[in-house]
Amino acid sequence: MTDLFKGYRGEALVVLKKYNVRVWGQAHIKTTRGDFEGILLPRSENDDARHLVLKLATGYNIGIATDTILDMKETGYKEAHYKIPEKEFPFSPEKPNVKLFGTGGTIASRLDYRTGAVIPAFSPGELYGAVPELADISNLTTEKLFAVFSENMGPEQYKKLAVSIGKEIEKGIDGIVIGHGTDTMHHTAAALSYMVQDSPVPIVLVGSQRSSDRPSSDAALNLIHSTKTAAESDIAEVMVCMFGPTSDKYSLLHQGTRVRKMHSSYRSTFRTIGEIPLAMVDRNKITPIRNDYHRRRKDRQVKIFPYFEEKVSIVYYYPNMQPDIIDSLVDNGYRGIIIAGTGLGHVNKPLYPAIERATRKGVAIYMTVQTLWGYVHMFVYDTGRDLMSKGIIPAENMLPEVAYIKLGWALGQTDDLDEVRRLMLTPICGDITKREPYNGYLIFQGGIPEVEEFLKTIHK
Amino acid sequence: MKEAFNPAEYYEKTRQLVGYVSRKKATPGTYAELGFKCGLEIHQQLKTSQKLFCRCPAGIYQNGNDFDAEVIRHMRPTLSEMGEYDGTALMERRTRKNIIYRIKNETACTYEIDDTPPFPINREALNIAIEIALLLKTNIVGELHITRKQYLDGSIPTGFQRTAIVGIEGEIPLKNKKIRIIQLSIEEDACREVSDIGHWRIYTTDRLGMPLIETVTYPDMKTPDEAAEAGHYLRFLARSSGHVRTGIGAAREDVNVSITGGTRVEIKGVAHISWIPELTHNEAFRQKALLEIKKILNEKIKKPRDWKSSHKELEFDSFPASYQPLAEAFSRNMKLIAVNLPQMAGILPFFTQPGQTFAHEISGRLKVIACLDQPNMLYSEQDKLEINFDKIKQVLKAGDDDAQILFWSSPDDIATALETIEERCRMAFEGVPNETRKSFPDGTTIFERVLPGPDRMYPDTDSAPLPIEQSMIEEQRKNIPPEIFQRFEQLKNWQVPEDTYPYLLKNNLMPTIEKIVREGNIDPKYVSTFFGHTVKNIEGKRPPATGFSYNKIYGLFKFLGEKNIDREIASYMLPVLYDHPNMEFESILTTIDYKPHSREEILSYLPVLKEKFKQINTSPRPEAALDWIMGRLRKLAVGNIPLDELKALIEKELAHD
Repeated sequence: MTDLFKGYRGEALVVLKKYNVRVWGQAHIKTTRGDFEGILLPRSENDDARHLVLKLATGYNIGIATDTILDMKETGYKEAHYKIPEKEFPFSPEKPNVKLFGTGGTIASRLDYRTGAVIPAFSPGELYGAVPELADISNLTTEKLFAVFSENMGPEQYKKLAVSIGKEIEKGIDGIVIGHGTDTMHHTAAALSYMVQDSPVPIVLVGSQRSSDRPSSDAALNLIHSTKTAAESDIAEVMVCMFGPTSDKYSLLHQGTRVRKMHSSYRSTFRTIGEIPLAMVDRNKITPIRNDYHRRRKDRQVKIFPYFEEKVSIVYYYPNMQPDIIDSLVDNGYRGIIIAGTGLGHVNKPLYPAIERATRKGVAIYMTVQTLWGYVHMFVYDTGRDLMSKGIIPAENMLPEVAYIKLGWALGQTDDLDEVRRLMLTPICGDITKREPYNGYLIFQGGIPEVEEFLKTIHK
Repeated sequence: MKEAFNPAEYYEKTRQLVGYVSRKKATPGTYAELGFKCGLEIHQQLKTSQKLFCRCPAGIYQNGNDFDAEVIRHMRPTLSEMGEYDGTALMERRTRKNIIYRIKNETACTYEIDDTPPFPINREALNIAIEIALLLKTNIVGELHITRKQYLDGSIPTGFQRTAIVGIEGEIPLKNKKIRIIQLSIEEDACREVSDIGHWRIYTTDRLGMPLIETVTYPDMKTPDEAAEAGHYLRFLARSSGHVRTGIGAAREDVNVSITGGTRVEIKGVAHISWIPELTHNEAFRQKALLEIKKILNEKIKKPRDWKSSHKELEFDSFPASYQPLAEAFSRNMKLIAVNLPQMAGILPFFTQPGQTFAHEISGRLKVIACLDQPNMLYSEQDKLEINFDKIKQVLKAGDDDAQILFWSSPDDIATALETIEERCRMAFEGVPNETRKSFPDGTTIFERVLPGPDRMYPDTDSAPLPIEQSMIEEQRKNIPPEIFQRFEQLKNWQVPEDTYPYLLKNNLMPTIEKIVREGNIDPKYVSTFFGHTVKNIEGKRPPATGFSYNKIYGLFKFLGEKNIDREIASYMLPVLYDHPNMEFESILTTIDYKPHSREEILSYLPVLKEKFKQINTSPRPEAALDWIMGRLRKLAVGNIPLDELKALIEKELAHD
């Protein structure tokens, strides 16, 4: 019954019931501000309860305040069926087979009236309808593993994803694409780097910064680039494939353990930190810019380690942090803590006793840097040495989020802190590197003449 | 022997068949017979300090070649909220344009390049829009819903314009009728195009995002002149708020025209209201011509569904290398394609608009849809044709009643071009295609794109609905100026010459005039005419110096009142004030050599001058004495005694004889 009045509540619902006008009904409304005519649309649950939404004949939407309504009449009914045109995805035996796993990102999406936001649409047919170019690249099959927003991805999903990938690889797939929301894509990329090791095929995470219901969306091009990577590239790594520049030019393939989302809304939000990306990819070609990656193999010898300890936290240090922050984690049963320390990896003195207590209780504590770029160097100052003597282990140049995922993964496998330490400090897929290339740290400063010259001549 | 086809004569013959007459010769009856209907969409920029959805400054323009960075994008059609693809969107997809945006840091931020979601709507702009919605007597909505209107031509980097309805169903009074208003919306302005060549289109982003209102009328105008009258009225109305921008590009009109049996065609971006009559007149007859073509084709071709064109690729060396476009096409590695259009003889050279025939309809679409820069084709019945089509006819195995097109294109665009030609020919069986057309100053138009429909609207999921409370409306109601038709009456009552009305209203001078009249107790006819003739005149000669505004003239009259100087001196002071708006009024008086003289002093010269004139007079004219004495005394008198009064006194003195 309430379905007739999708999303309406309070006063608005009372008014609709009083005049017997349904959602999708053509309504004629007399108000103190004049007459209005249009189709009654559902209302987002987050919006207020004192307006109705009408779609006018011109296609525009407007709201009508319920306290101005004098009379209302339903004169017709037309329910909208939002559907991406579905076409059967063509199969050609000579093309590589690619599997696309859906997690709930916005590769293809439609409007959700309940929240007013967009929700994903997904089947191969729908994708083919929206991005027909995909059929030129591969035979694509899809599987929707879950439909969650990026921020709701967690250990359960990581594990399920890893296991599903393992099965697909065993079945002989040529490459894997994972549609993912962008906010925590780098967390998932790190998790898969640890949970799926020695993959013989590319595993590519992809998303979009502008939802695919916008003509200027980056979704289609990212999807084309990632599918091409999965189908054709020689790089058998877990990677993030997202726009390199904000322009529609090429995407970058970032190693799953060195990538981070660096801007809240830019298309070119993902950057490789402390290294350079693996490759560039556009519609026509994949151009590696490193050569130290795992190569594609014919065998199916993949190792799946679907483990994760949830009682791990990340503490972002700030001046004047109180020891009770650490204490409360320990008291709540946390088994691992990643600290993002200042500079070379520091925290203040008042924290020392708390840290000592934590390590004594068997909590694994690792130090990373909140500068993101650079190594933890705990021998340079006394502070660092003190901290190490209290049991904090420097995590080299692992990114804080990556260290968090790795610690959760390590503690998920063993209680032996020495084994955890071995796992943590053994480099996996470049999460710790021996050396930082000079061009691994580049943040251009706008306004400087040579940078401005670059911006003017290159399509950024 | 068959007589040779004469394209020029045929153009004339078909023009007569259509019944085309020039606008001068057309009467309201001409339009009634055509079933002429016209509606307007008027875009007017609002005078705000910032843009509509970001905090960039509004109203600063750069040269299209002055930029800090470029971004390249492509547009893809998306589904509408109701689950449909829009026709325009699909057309733009076929064109495969690379779109370059030029960015200058001063005028564009990450919002303009669609890398930041919108900020809350600019309240200053919304208030102005509500004020104008009240002036248009529209029903103001209870809640503002920002909607995305798709534009896949790239003129907006998001691929859509953020727009929202403020009011619907209003009206404006013209001299003899009322024109109904469909809606008033508030929206962001689009980019300015720098160039569009082949597959590359360049835009500059300075204007992008500036607040704009769009007023849409019903198609209530039944003659081209009525359309212009409504255009003027709406412009005056917007200007009367005092909160809209003026100058080049600040107001732009889209004009919708249809005739009986035709369809709604939108003429985009008409820069001057004075262009509207000629454009709508020609569009009406273009539709009539297309209906005539439809009639001919339907008689000739009984099964339009079976109609099909055919084509062959030709070699360049079968044509003289001297023909420039072909030589160029050859040097650019293009392909040469000949198309046969069965039973289409007499269609391509058929009159459509002054100086254009049906072939232009095809050529225009080839340019826009297939990205073939013009000249892009030749056809068999073309006037002053430099290529012999006999061989082409042979290759295509064409019949006598067929027509042929020869076009050149890069290999990638051939399929789209062929599709475009076939599609436009098929549309000829149906009559008038829905499209938007670009206007030219000579009153003709060319194809711009397929007319978009309601399917290109989509709710903006980045913005929450915004309630428009009654208190917001009441606040704006406090500021609304008198209506334009009341202003017309007011001016008439003051006996102000009618030729000044457009100038006074378009510059929103009535509030200033009223203030001068009220505070200085000056004759309104004089003040209005001072603006409508004297000020207008000097504006026509040269632009004002920086700092000049109409309020300076209010200051001038106030000064004269305080100093008790006769107001007639104002027209002498104006040129100096206009060129040096920051000069003190006292200094202006010195500059024009004004000195105070008492009335008695001036009159004391009269007897002497009268005697002097008698001595030197050679003119038989009776007024010669008056004119001569006035001439001697004018300079002395201006500012000290009204000239009318002086004249009366001289006449009285002369009458003493």
